[in-house]
Amino acid sequence: MLEIKNLHVKLEEEDKQILKGVNLSVEAGKVHAIMGPNGSGKSTLSYVLSGRDGYEVTGGSATIEGEDILEMEPEERAAAGVFLAFQYPVEIPGVGNMTFLRTAVNSQRKARGQEEMSSTEFLKLIREKAKDLKIDADMLKRPVNVGFSGGEKKRNEILQMAMLEPKMCILDETDSGLDVDAMKLVADGVNALRNEGRGFLVITHYQRLLDHIKPDVVHIMSDGRIIKTGGPELALEVEHNGYADIKAEVA
Amino acid sequence: MALPQIKQDATEARLAALDLPSGNWSEAARKDAVSRLRAMGLPHARDEYWKFTRPDTLVQPDAPKAAVLEADETPVFGDVDCLRLVFVDGVFSVEESDDLALEHVSLDRLGDALDIHWAKDVYGVLEARGQTPVHRPLATLNTAFATDGLLIHVTGKAPKPINLVYRHESEGSDAILHHVVKIESGAELTLLENGPAAARFNKCMEVEIADGGVFHHVRAQGRDHERRAATALFTRLGEASVFKSFTLTANGVLTRNECVIELTGDNATAHVAGACMGDGDFHHDDTVFITHDALNCESRQVFKKVLRNGATGVFQGKILVKEGAQKTDGYQISQSLLLDDDSQFLAKPELEIYADDVVCSHGSTSGAIDEEGLFYLRSRGIEEGPATDLLTIAFLAEAVMEIADESLQEKINERVEAWLTRRRG
Ligand SMILES: Nc1ncnc2c1ncn2[C@@H]1O[C@H](COP(=O)(O)OP(=O)(O)OP(=O)(O)O)[C@@H](O)[C@H]1O
Ligand SMILES: [Mg+2]
Repeated sequence: MLEIKNLHVKLEEEDKQILKGVNLSVEAGKVHAIMGPNGSGKSTLSYVLSGRDGYEVTGGSATIEGEDILEMEPEERAAAGVFLAFQYPVEIPGVGNMTFLRTAVNSQRKARGQEEMSSTEFLKLIREKAKDLKIDADMLKRPVNVGFSGGEKKRNEILQMAMLEPKMCILDETDSGLDVDAMKLVADGVNALRNEGRGFLVITHYQRLLDHIKPDVVHIMSDGRIIKTGGPELALEVEHNGYADIKAEVA
Repeated sequence: MALPQIKQDATEARLAALDLPSGNWSEAARKDAVSRLRAMGLPHARDEYWKFTRPDTLVQPDAPKAAVLEADETPVFGDVDCLRLVFVDGVFSVEESDDLALEHVSLDRLGDALDIHWAKDVYGVLEARGQTPVHRPLATLNTAFATDGLLIHVTGKAPKPINLVYRHESEGSDAILHHVVKIESGAELTLLENGPAAARFNKCMEVEIADGGVFHHVRAQGRDHERRAATALFTRLGEASVFKSFTLTANGVLTRNECVIELTGDNATAHVAGACMGDGDFHHDDTVFITHDALNCESRQVFKKVLRNGATGVFQGKILVKEGAQKTDGYQISQSLLLDDDSQFLAKPELEIYADDVVCSHGSTSGAIDEEGLFYLRSRGIEEGPATDLLTIAFLAEAVMEIADESLQEKINERVEAWLTRRRG
């Protein structure tokens, strides 16, 4: 599904290399987790995949189902199936959550040559998905993320993911700021989307999320590289011993 | 103090090109306006409140020509149930207008030759009051030379809005319209205005609101690119009365909208808002003066401007809180969204407060589109153009939401969307 080869990325404005040769391959139907110390480049990887400005790819490639995404506009990547649940969801005053989502759904449909979703169809669908995530009607009407609590913002990200049904879901610290119940809701939301055709890349600092969203593969990122890859037990190791041992081991 | 020669010459040149209407109840007011105008002179680029906006094309004797825009959309309030009154190049059209009849409202044309008329107590009176401390000579010119207009007396709750439609049909038309609105105690009216009116339009509206009266005003100024407009709205509010005015301006080479509000009764509310969108050869100026002269009144000014391709926006807004106007709540915000580096926004927010127990806030900002927000929208699959439009509509929303009636809000938003869509091609 997602194939990243020897990806090198530096900041556009500064001479600072952040990703220094990332290799990663997420197969359809699988959940991969990335853990790693603060500042190791996890969010940068997620931004580069979704097409945010400010980064320069200096080497390597990234493809979705064989299609090079690094040259695409952010909206083209979205239409190709990339979705990033932001570490810090953006507040957009004045744009209603509902309008935003309907525009997004229909833009993607249009880009794929599908018919627009009717408003009744859309309403029915969003009500259903919002209910699962305990997002009330008021939150749907309010401007995107404005005045939402940290946990509400994260649930709103998952709602968007559920509505857009992407092929490749990237979750950047979706667990941070969530209380225990919200974490369960979010995990259920993600698990409901798990299927054969869909890949997940879950960035997290904590084992706890991975108790709910069981990963197939766990990667450790440090200083712009994946330094170790293993099974779910790797996350437990990090939980108990931190990153020092792993870093020492590969050094 | 004698008028500088240059002003005197410009004023006399303008006066020479106009005929003073005579022979009815308004004659005295008109004559008085002429002498007031001679004393103050027409605006000049060096005047304190004309530094950001060049007055010359508004002042010169002949109106610069303005091409007539082919109608490509239905009139903005076209499907609102209302009393529709049409002016073509500044002349009331009897054929195209509904009858001047509406329950709880009496309507007359300005030119109707009666010796005695209720409007005598208002015509030129609020305009004259609004000349201190800042002169508004174009409005005085209007009082003297207005050729048409409506006198609207509201004695109860009007069953539907009145819609003044201003059509522009001739390239060189130069229209001077003066309306007077009097809202009696407890009465209520919604006034809608739309259209470019003329190549050059000078409009003055005086609105007297008695205790407990309510006046809603929503207007959309015409989209003709080359049209010029200088409009002035003077209002005086009685106790617990409400005044709400919103203006949408899309296009027009030059627009100066002045609003002078006097809160003279306790517990009154005055809101004035504007959303404007300019692309290229566009200069838009909002000049507002609000005087609080009573207890516990609230005033709000919300002005938003979207500017691109070298367009210019101006905001001059002042809140004056007089001695004794305690518990005043004054709010003023003016913001521009600059869609490129060529466009500019000039703002002059002012507060002058002589009471100690008041809350007044003002803010003015100028900024580009929010890149974070834009990326967020695009990452969800919304293309850059529509995503920028969504953020633009959102930027204007605070002003549009000042319109009390949601269906009218929607109509204005439709126009905003259409304007943006046309620009994406
Ligand atoms: N736009 C930027 N300007 C300056 N530095 C940046 C920028 N983006 C990323 N960096 C730097 O790149 C490094 C990697 O940052 P990144 O946000 O990808 O880390 P992370 O692994 O997601 O960290 P965390 O676990 O704290 O979220 C950090 O040193 C960060 O300061
Ligand atoms: Mg991060």
